[in-house]
Amino acid sequence: MSQLQVQGLCKAWGESRAVSELNFSIEPGEFVALLGPSGCGKSTTLKMIAGLEEPTSGVISLNDRDITHLAPGKRGLAMVFQSYALFPHLSVAENILFGLKARRVAADECQRRLKQVAELVDLGAHLNKKPGQLSGGQCQRVALARAIVAEAPLCLMDEPLSNLDAKLRNEMRAELRALQQRLGMTVLYVTHDQVEAMSMADRILLLNKGELAQEGTPEALYNRPENTFVARFIGNPPMNLIEQGVTLLGVRPEHVYTAEQGMSARVAGCDYHGADTIIDAQLPEFGNQIVKLRKPGHQVLPIGMELKLGWQPEHEHRFDKASGQRLDSSLASPSTKPSSSSLNNPSKTESSHVG
Amino acid sequence: MKRLSWLHAWLMLLPALAMLMAFTHIPALTTIWHSLFYPARGSEPEEFAGLDNYRMMLDDDVFWQALSNNLWYALVTVPASMVLALAMALWVNGKIRGRGALRLAYFTPTMLPMIAVANIWLFFYSPEIGLFNKVLGWFGVAGINWLGDTDWALPSLMLMTIWKEAGFFMIFYLAALQALDRDIYDAAALEGASRWYRFRRLTLPLLMPTTLFVLVNAVLNAFKLVDHLFILTKGGPNNASNLLLYYIYENAFSFFDANYAATLTVVLLAMLILLALLQFGVLERRIHYR
Repeated sequence: MSQLQVQGLCKAWGESRAVSELNFSIEPGEFVALLGPSGCGKSTTLKMIAGLEEPTSGVISLNDRDITHLAPGKRGLAMVFQSYALFPHLSVAENILFGLKARRVAADECQRRLKQVAELVDLGAHLNKKPGQLSGGQCQRVALARAIVAEAPLCLMDEPLSNLDAKLRNEMRAELRALQQRLGMTVLYVTHDQVEAMSMADRILLLNKGELAQEGTPEALYNRPENTFVARFIGNPPMNLIEQGVTLLGVRPEHVYTAEQGMSARVAGCDYHGADTIIDAQLPEFGNQIVKLRKPGHQVLPIGMELKLGWQPEHEHRFDKASGQRLDSSLASPSTKPSSSSLNNPSKTESSHVG
Repeated sequence: MKRLSWLHAWLMLLPALAMLMAFTHIPALTTIWHSLFYPARGSEPEEFAGLDNYRMMLDDDVFWQALSNNLWYALVTVPASMVLALAMALWVNGKIRGRGALRLAYFTPTMLPMIAVANIWLFFYSPEIGLFNKVLGWFGVAGINWLGDTDWALPSLMLMTIWKEAGFFMIFYLAALQALDRDIYDAAALEGASRWYRFRRLTLPLLMPTTLFVLVNAVLNAFKLVDHLFILTKGGPNNASNLLLYYIYENAFSFFDANYAATLTVVLLAMLILLALLQFGVLERRIHYR
């Protein structure tokens, strides 16, 4: 039985279509990330599921019940907002219990659930404080607690971590995922941050201009991008796409290595990131197109230095230049040997002595 | 350096301070001083009266009448215009067609001068040709002498004041409503809170700072605004619609008893300060400020 089912969902404002023909479903207990660049329609999609935005067409059903036109409060959803949307004049406890009181849940049941959830998100010491007295991370926990306490079949999250600083965001990411798995929550998580989606989600729905670009596990999106948009969006730095006539050859920077012999290249720039260095290399054989490669540690090479590059054939991706679609529809097999892969020797990547 | 910045600060404060001193603080002090003297007769110097003026005031039936009128006037017009203002603000804050025109329509009474408003309402209230009596006549109800009847004069003034003030207070509520975070309403809607629940638990408490501000101003206005009395009733009939400030004016400029007028002014001032302190004291602690 599918928990959330979205069929043919569209949203248009006049001529412009924010979301068009979206189809997907979420299974119980699944953590699904709705990923995409800003303006791709992911927040609009979430709002339509929440009932805060009226869809132009399409059907949304939850546990086989059509909820497309129900009022937000009648859908049985919980939601965590980007701004947390805490009630500033109410204490933490009142914030968490707001929904239960509005639904007239008995007082002792409220207290039982409050105690449970406060322990879960570690807010026990702050229940009487106002949101203004809390840190960003604590506000985040209150918003989370408010969503958990409802015990809703589906929890929507709208970029819940984007207002936190980087360190806290990393901590909360792990904590949120652990909490979701412990409670068996079903989560639809909107984010523009691929790291969040890759690290937390069971499945990713990648949106581009209101359409589903690809849907699948994080590994699938990383290993087998269906089109150039996915190839460029997933991975940091993004996949190299080298023009070769009517096709594009894609190789991820982390899969490019320097070798004794291979494709000749010239260093055009280095970007030191601490754990590794991103090197921009020009390929004279391909009209001086730039290829990025990732080398571990501090390896800032002089500009203009000659390199030999190589990569394993199974790390190649091919796309149609005009449509951007993936060309090898069957799984990339080592038998397809395009011109450049002959350059590759199975020589091991030696990272230490390059200069 | 420190001395220089002190000097700087005082120089910056000086213009406003000078104006306040000249037109507020010094007159207030001289008012108290004047209230302690008998009126000057001819060329003789004023004679010190002590608290005699205050004793006279306590025996003055018209004072008590004006005071009770004014308290009733405040008790009715303040809550009525505030509730009306909030209702109108909630309405014109919603997504409705022509809300710009509607907002303007509600605000028009505030833009008109009180004297002009009173002249318009004088026509509504006039016994023979007045609008209200015409409408009553259609239903076969006998007309009322709105401003000439001791029972109706004060309520007639109250009605007009509510009409005039509500639009003004609406602007404050409207501004406050627009500053509220939309997300918390979305969150509340998702939590299954009804419209009434959202109004009671979110809107009303979050509007409390505005409510206090409006309340203090409304109470002050209820004692301060008497322009319409000059046009409509002149405090009559038989002081039925007399208000404190108008009575002060009468004493000072009709009866030429500036000292008694000063006495009444001191009492009015003390009362207003007391009321303001009371409102802040009672409400301040319950208000959530962002």
